[in-house]
Amino acid sequence: MVDAGGGGTADQVRSAVQRYHADPAYLVQILHVVQDRQGFISREAIGLVAEALDIPRARVSGVRDFYSFLHGHALGGYEILFSDNITDHFLGKEALLQRLCEKLWLEPGKLSEDGRVRVGSASCIGLSDQGPAALVNGVPLTCLTTERIDAIAGWVREGKPLAEWPPDYFSIDDNIQRGDWLLSGAWTAGRALDAAIHRGGEAALAMIDQSGLRGRGGAGFKTSMKWLFCRDAEGEARCVVCNADEGEPGTFKDRVLLRRHAEKVFEGMAVCARVIGARRGFLYLRAEYRYLLPQLEETLMDLRRRGFLGEHILGAADFHFDIEIHLGAGAYICGEESALIESLEGKRGVPRNRPPFPVSHGYLGQPTVVNNVETFAAAAKIVADGDGAFAALGTPQSSGTKLLSICGDCERPGIYEYPYGVAIRQILDDCGARDTYAVQVGGPSGTIIGVEEFDRRVSFEDLPTGGSFMVFGQGRDLFEVARNFTAFFAHESCGFCTPCRVGTTLMKKGMDKIAAGNGTAVDLAELEKLGRLTHVASHCGLGQTAANPVLVTLEKFRGDFDRRLKTKEFEPAFDLDGALEAARKITGRDDAAAHLGARK
Amino acid sequence: MSQGHVTIDGEEIPFEPGQTLMEAAAAAGIYIPRLCHHPEFVPHGSCKLCTVDINGRHAAACTTPATDRQRVQNDTPELNDLRRALIQMLFVEGNHICPACEKSGNCQLQALGYRLAMLSPHYNHLFPRREVDASHPDVLLDRNRCIFCELCVRASRDVDGKHVFGLSGRGIHTHLIVNAASGKLGDTDLAVTDKAVTVCPVGAILKKRQGFAVPIGHRLYDRQPIGAADARGGRKNKEGDHG
Repeated sequence: MVDAGGGGTADQVRSAVQRYHADPAYLVQILHVVQDRQGFISREAIGLVAEALDIPRARVSGVRDFYSFLHGHALGGYEILFSDNITDHFLGKEALLQRLCEKLWLEPGKLSEDGRVRVGSASCIGLSDQGPAALVNGVPLTCLTTERIDAIAGWVREGKPLAEWPPDYFSIDDNIQRGDWLLSGAWTAGRALDAAIHRGGEAALAMIDQSGLRGRGGAGFKTSMKWLFCRDAEGEARCVVCNADEGEPGTFKDRVLLRRHAEKVFEGMAVCARVIGARRGFLYLRAEYRYLLPQLEETLMDLRRRGFLGEHILGAADFHFDIEIHLGAGAYICGEESALIESLEGKRGVPRNRPPFPVSHGYLGQPTVVNNVETFAAAAKIVADGDGAFAALGTPQSSGTKLLSICGDCERPGIYEYPYGVAIRQILDDCGARDTYAVQVGGPSGTIIGVEEFDRRVSFEDLPTGGSFMVFGQGRDLFEVARNFTAFFAHESCGFCTPCRVGTTLMKKGMDKIAAGNGTAVDLAELEKLGRLTHVASHCGLGQTAANPVLVTLEKFRGDFDRRLKTKEFEPAFDLDGALEAARKITGRDDAAAHLGARK
Repeated sequence: MSQGHVTIDGEEIPFEPGQTLMEAAAAAGIYIPRLCHHPEFVPHGSCKLCTVDINGRHAAACTTPATDRQRVQNDTPELNDLRRALIQMLFVEGNHICPACEKSGNCQLQALGYRLAMLSPHYNHLFPRREVDASHPDVLLDRNRCIFCELCVRASRDVDGKHVFGLSGRGIHTHLIVNAASGKLGDTDLAVTDKAVTVCPVGAILKKRQGFAVPIGHRLYDRQPIGAADARGGRKNKEGDHG
């Protein structure tokens, strides 16, 4: 995990800061480099970074401690984080994690006594189609089994370097099961740029407009309007940002797009730059996808060599644009566009107050377009091939196609590209899902639907989704699904506003109480009240949707909650015997007389 | 020059260009509950106490620009219920022991609890472990009472020009830090005369050696409920709406 580079902390910090021209906007990137070299970001390093960037050290440590993947304490040689999505759980994640911990004599989340290894959990790492999955020192391990866990435990004990582990442990399948307009057909880089240059930015924008393209992240804002607002906003410089912080549990389509169609994505950004008049572009890549970095940097180098990025793109006198990759650091909230921009500026990923919106005041106050990976890929293809084919697909309000990341209880998980308007029933048939109990559409922040809703259609007007599609078969416990998602939001809340910061934690505690067998009807009523409050009063989309798993599941699948209650009466319940546990521990007693009532 | 009018609880009030709803309301003598908002600082929008209903949607009055013909609900049982729940959340996420706090009677959190008729914390206390920092010769920092309004952060940065305070951590683990390698307030350049010392709405930042200069019972919100001074022009003070 630690680079073998020489020099003390001061030298290493100096070179990290110099690499980014001592620009505080690169603080997150600088901290990544420091951590790569030193294994963690020490108090000493914090002071040196602050000094070199001429910013308060409180800002540096505030940033470090905001992000899950930046650390203030030394890590072991092996940092193993199991993906915590509910689909990983249903595939046995918890048992595998416990097994590894037992084999290594560890407590989950804690560094081993010899300081060599830590085993813990991380929010969904974008491999739900080949789970249970984990990251070891940032590198994905897929399709984990007890046999694999036992082997891994052995290698960790031996201190075997990752490079000597069998490659198939790290193999990632793209799993493209159904390609359509975007994924199928040949792609020749440069055609979209050629059209944008020779027919002009105005014509390119008109094509995007005619196509009806709407943001693929889920919110569905019309792409041409966003570009137009940004182009017409006042400002010296403009900026294009691609949101590759694909953090919604269950989604992994951007992983596949960036592995297989990166040229298309980058070209879409360049077309946008031509339309709005931007010189700088960023791809904000989630830290969980760090392993894609070398390949993406290589693609960028190749595009520069071929004249598609850089100065005088394709010989145009007035067209200069380049793209930098900015690595996130483990914060779901940075998928929210204004939090993403804060992070790009080297700050804590806290969503901004709006207005003003990023289209007029984005990165460093510049008019900024932030679009999803899939949106840019689609934009490139629309401008290259014309808007007709795209506009002909889908429904009147949702033109084109949508990539779905399908996982859970089905025979063929993976990427499915469908024209908008496809019915849930059709999707379930195609992916080999039988006896389906419920489908989570759009991830935890989306909604859950049951059998009676399987004729509904994926579209902005009916069931919008950023791409997450989790299938739950008969027998799955939707209370556990909602509990997993609620814990996810509590973990990922940025902490800025009261309702989300406290509300998500109180909801998590309420769900844990029910899970422990101490819930009654009072707790359900309380959860609903908390959920409504968090929904209406929160600052951003995270808090506003954090209660969806509880509220929607309670509304549609109340039985899954009721089953877990101690009593359906409105009386408070708590575990009297459980309350004596601490006393039993202290006195070392465990005889019958030390227990109240019947022991469970 | 007036740009237009908004209606707050049925009362039509004018606003100036660029004003937020909070500013327009304040100018018209209408009190909207708040904790993180302070008229001398850029609106923050984190505590959400000033949540109002604007044409059927909830939003923070302190960060929402006033626009012509907005219909705003402010002092309604439903909104005061919501605000009471937010106050209760702030109480249980920290460790607020009012009887032992020097700020009692001058504390905006406590005063809003009274105004909104909070009779109990309602939620289970989280009882977090938070650090008390008495290292500074003149100022006490008790993080148990911090509500993350960032007024000290803003005051130190924008008025004092010092950057003494900042937030760290994430979510429920968010906490106030100070700008010193030791992490101690005594090692920062904070002076007792700084704006950051007096701006805290609760008892997280207190001047030392000033205990009980004014006896309990004679303090700011002992004499009149919070918001009463804001409501003027003969408006009836509506404190104690028990929703």
